[in-house]
Amino acid sequence: MVDVTSSAVGDLQLRNLTKTFADFVAVDDLTLTIPKGSFFALLGPSGCGKTTTLRMIAGLEEPTSGSIHIGATDITYTKPYQRPVNTVFQNYALFPHLTIFENVAFGLRRRGIKDVEGAVTKTLALVELGHLKDRKPGQLSGGQQQRIAVARAIVNRPALLFLDEPLGALDLKLRRQMQIELKWIQTEVGITFVHVTHDQEEAMTMADTIAVMNKGRIEQMGSPVELYENPKTVFVANFLGQSNLIEAAVQTNSGAETSVDIHGSRIILPSSRNKSSKSKVLVGIRPEKINIQTAGSSVGKNSLSGGVVTDISFVGVSTQYQVEMPWKQEIMVFEQNDGGAPNIRKGDQVTLSWEPHFTFALDSEN
Amino acid sequence: MAIAHVSPGTSTHVNPERSGRRIPYLLMLPGLLWLFIFFIYPLINLAETSTKTRAASQETGAFVQTYRFANYLDAFIEYQDQFLRSFSYALMATLLALAISYPLAYAIAFKSGRYKNILLILVIAPFFTSFLLRTIAWKQILGAEGPVVSVLRALHLIGPDTTITASSFAVVMGLTYNFLPFMTLPIYASLDRIDPRLMEASGDLYANGLTTFRKVTVPLSMPGVVAGTLLTFIPAAGDYINAAILGNPTTKMIGNVIDSRFFRIVDYPTAAALSFTLMAAILLLVIIYIRRSGTDELV
Repeated sequence: MVDVTSSAVGDLQLRNLTKTFADFVAVDDLTLTIPKGSFFALLGPSGCGKTTTLRMIAGLEEPTSGSIHIGATDITYTKPYQRPVNTVFQNYALFPHLTIFENVAFGLRRRGIKDVEGAVTKTLALVELGHLKDRKPGQLSGGQQQRIAVARAIVNRPALLFLDEPLGALDLKLRRQMQIELKWIQTEVGITFVHVTHDQEEAMTMADTIAVMNKGRIEQMGSPVELYENPKTVFVANFLGQSNLIEAAVQTNSGAETSVDIHGSRIILPSSRNKSSKSKVLVGIRPEKINIQTAGSSVGKNSLSGGVVTDISFVGVSTQYQVEMPWKQEIMVFEQNDGGAPNIRKGDQVTLSWEPHFTFALDSEN
Repeated sequence: MAIAHVSPGTSTHVNPERSGRRIPYLLMLPGLLWLFIFFIYPLINLAETSTKTRAASQETGAFVQTYRFANYLDAFIEYQDQFLRSFSYALMATLLALAISYPLAYAIAFKSGRYKNILLILVIAPFFTSFLLRTIAWKQILGAEGPVVSVLRALHLIGPDTTITASSFAVVMGLTYNFLPFMTLPIYASLDRIDPRLMEASGDLYANGLTTFRKVTVPLSMPGVVAGTLLTFIPAAGDYINAAILGNPTTKMIGNVIDSRFFRIVDYPTAAALSFTLMAAILLLVIIYIRRSGTDELV
């Protein structure tokens, strides 16, 4: 029996990893490096292959082809209990018959670690639940169970810690708090965290690097800011936050600026933000980047006129406008409620404008 | 509480809260009545009978109440072998049933896939025929011309003249067989309730298959094991049909003694005293067992 739990250190590498179930390809030729010590998020809708990927790395599924490495060690076919990997399960999966102390001590005892008492006490102190060590999991709140699940995993000092939709069962307020706490714990212990989620806000709050998955492949990978400001595909533009995507025809495509035509209006964007090489593109602009003004007001460089406000909803920090353009497309506009918001009512004629450097252009899907 | 403002004058309305409190008692009434008529009353009657002595007339079935508690001691001393035999047979049958049922229940719960329901029906299927008939069938199975004996003889494990009916072996086999579903079903139920992610979590925390079984599966299935062993042990200890059909005079259990005291010898006081002693002994063993297994914490 090869015990790699202590020897494997370094980056996690997935090489051409593929998993098929009957005729369904869950994970499609995935190649990916997760640097040691990072907080990495696999983000995607349900059924995109992210959980299958995680289960393959944890050893709960066997890949159809490809390999998994931690540093120089190949762990593709080792048993789950021989991998330096621990998981925080979706519904925590705490052992109901054991005390909190014994739950956290479980992994240490299996490996025959000497100072169980000391390690468990230290880890329970880290998650600030030392006083509950004699309770059973059933006596703890959801947030406390979540923290014990994290403690039970990190006490083993794995090379990798998986978080499988870790906050899904918590309410919004607790989720926000746990996001900050998990990020802090990760910095504190320095273990590589791999976070699997369908919640883009959760991924953006915690992760240094996000890989957006769709249909078993990685659509785009990068920092949260990069993914949000500079999406490369329609899927990413829509999955992370909201985007207005408008069909346009490229007019000139020379030098630093590209200009496109949207139903007669000329829109400019930096050529570096045009991810398409075709003559028909989708021009993207985030709702909060758009200024909304009553028709006829002076406007900036990029502007679209002739819109009619069809819906207004007030959501506290911002007001969201839905504007119908002359070509019958609805465009979303978010305005900060910072006192500068224009006095616009439903049915008003409006002009939308934004700075060229916020504009991006993508290949239309298909 | 919008309906709480009902003034005392409007008494035609039934207070929903008060009638709601009465409903549980009404629902329990038929059961309580049944228990009283067919359990509590006969029990009192039995207790009364147990301290009677034979009437001076020496007439069969005539007894007078003399509060002779020594009946208990006499009965126990005379039949202590049968008591001991009852409990050891019941214990053996329980352990055997556990050894057979646990793997069976485990396979049904975790490995049977789409055959789960069919297998569960097969476990219950013997109940479609009567207890008596099934026990008589075992006499055929274990009989001199039956399959068990011929196989054992062919393997030279027993001599050509040895039989296995009318023996303590046959009685224990019969007890084990008859109470097997009572062991299998509770164990299956508690295994089936275990979240498979707990086993994955155990594997994730460096436990191999065997350790996961010992540290996670077995402790979590204990409520089923305790329920199953009780449901097997209690009726097995009081059983007399298996000993009567599959045994011989030296394999008599306490149930057989009670049966013959009541219906053949017509010695009601001794039979009643033996019944009470058996009940008390089982109750005591069960209490000790539940205390020791400490499964109440699991629920």
